[in-house]
Amino acid sequence: MAEPKAPGSGHDKLMIGQSASGIYVAHAILILGLVIVAFPIYYTFVASTQTLQTILRPPLPLLPGSEFWNNYSEALFGGAGRLGGVGAGTLLWNTTVMALGIAVGKIVISILSAYAIVFFRFPFRMAIFWLIFITLMLPVEVRILPTYKVMVDLGLIDTYAGLIIPLIASATATLLFRQFFMTIPGELVEAARVDGAGPWRFFFDILLPLSRTNIAALFVILFIYGWTQYLWPLLVTNRNDMTTIVIALKKMVSFADADTQWHLVMVTAILAIVPPILVVVLMQRWFVRGLVDTEK
Amino acid sequence: MTPRVVFPNKLLPYLLVAPQLAITLVFFYWPAAQALYQSMLKEDPFGLKSKFVWFDNFKKVLADPNYLHSIKVTVVFSVATAAVAMIVALLLAVMAEKVVRSKGFYRTLLIWPYAVAPAIAGMLFLFLFNPSIGSLAILLRKMGIAWDPVLNGTDAMVLLVAAAAWKQISYNFLFFVAGLQAIPKTLIEAAAIDGAREAKRFWTIVFPLLAPTTFFLLVINTTYAFFDTFGIVHAVTGGGPGKATETLVYKVYNDGFVNLILGSSAAQSVILMIIVIALTAIQFRYVERKVHYG
Repeated sequence: MAEPKAPGSGHDKLMIGQSASGIYVAHAILILGLVIVAFPIYYTFVASTQTLQTILRPPLPLLPGSEFWNNYSEALFGGAGRLGGVGAGTLLWNTTVMALGIAVGKIVISILSAYAIVFFRFPFRMAIFWLIFITLMLPVEVRILPTYKVMVDLGLIDTYAGLIIPLIASATATLLFRQFFMTIPGELVEAARVDGAGPWRFFFDILLPLSRTNIAALFVILFIYGWTQYLWPLLVTNRNDMTTIVIALKKMVSFADADTQWHLVMVTAILAIVPPILVVVLMQRWFVRGLVDTEK
Repeated sequence: MTPRVVFPNKLLPYLLVAPQLAITLVFFYWPAAQALYQSMLKEDPFGLKSKFVWFDNFKKVLADPNYLHSIKVTVVFSVATAAVAMIVALLLAVMAEKVVRSKGFYRTLLIWPYAVAPAIAGMLFLFLFNPSIGSLAILLRKMGIAWDPVLNGTDAMVLLVAAAAWKQISYNFLFFVAGLQAIPKTLIEAAAIDGAREAKRFWTIVFPLLAPTTFFLLVINTTYAFFDTFGIVHAVTGGGPGKATETLVYKVYNDGFVNLILGSSAAQSVILMIIVIALTAIQFRYVERKVHYG
């Protein structure tokens, strides 16, 4: 992303018409924004380090308590949970498999189909493009029951394949790669062909390296997409040891039930939140690019 | 555009599109066609006999006061969520544009909610605001505000909107920041030299030039509020109390999957499909060249 060409970028130097007090107000509003954005997550972390008794007698202290190790080891390895003995480790593993499977699968099948649509001419090419494009308009939410029936018929309930495969076909990634491929100059393809490179050679030696940034950006977005799925894992998993951490969390929480193990619920919530946040923050450069700069 | 240089293979391109096409046909077109077909069937409760009834299910759904109520709930929820998420994000983005040096720091922290699943966002808010152990609920009560999202429909809606909007702030913030960066600084400085004050500069220059971004986000936020918030509703209120927070998507799920009213649920699915098609068409007709991932 292009850095702003504001005078004296790198410092809070004033632009014409800006006042110093305006900058302080801006900082104040931003800090207020940070508090609103961060507080629910921070407070959940605080709750995850308290005893159940402390949580049940609100208001909760503003600083973390002393139960960090106890709560986290119990949730991860104790298998105590409220979910028929399924520990948070299994849930994290399931969710990771699902998120990685969706991100990698989606990238692979979309890059292949975009490659075919842009670099080959064949009968039904545009018809196939439109078939893929129209899936934008058919999210899971509008075909819940029939899709569930297909899953049952194919024996995909409670399997990783069932969690992943139906979600890896989508038009958006294909559209993105198609857009990017169309910016690649024809001379490059020509030169590769003159040098005797076949379609596979061209794909692996030229196209993939050129697409690196796009792939990284898409990976972050799709990983988050996979990790935060809700309706789909809710439909295709019945067994607690096959479900994702998000769904498990929902099953653990009951406000009517006095036995809810709140300290473990809070640990599970933190474990469900931290991995995707780390991915977004550590891969921020690609993520922001991928999200915003896809206009070509 | 110049004619593309292409590879001459005959079979290879079909093999390349085959995986995506196969998944698309099995998991998208076949079920969607089934939904269309079922929306015109009337089945007995045991699923033994079914009769083709044309548009009867649609007539029934559209005459059902519960469905009309659900449309109202969805509209209120979507408008409120989009408005809150966009106004807060725009304010933060405008402020972040002013503080050049620390913009990166603020951005790093403001993008966190993007990574939080909507359902978890809902549960965090419920934990903070539930009447029995929510620390912030106690604060509200001490301030004399009668607050009970478990029993009061309006309070439940406020809680859902807060959680849904909270999650969406990051996304809108990033797009508004990008939109603001695209506005030439010289334009704003020229206005300043002409004596336009800050508020005036914002409303006469910045805001109109941001219109494409704002419109794009409006479509995206509406789609988000319609569809991606199923998890929030399911995890936090379950459509209740009463039916105060039963959105259209939640109702499709509940009628079809929980109550097993198949014909009606399928008809509702088809109506939703029409809504998505309209939203997508608007997005591509008026906001071309921006891609939304999902």
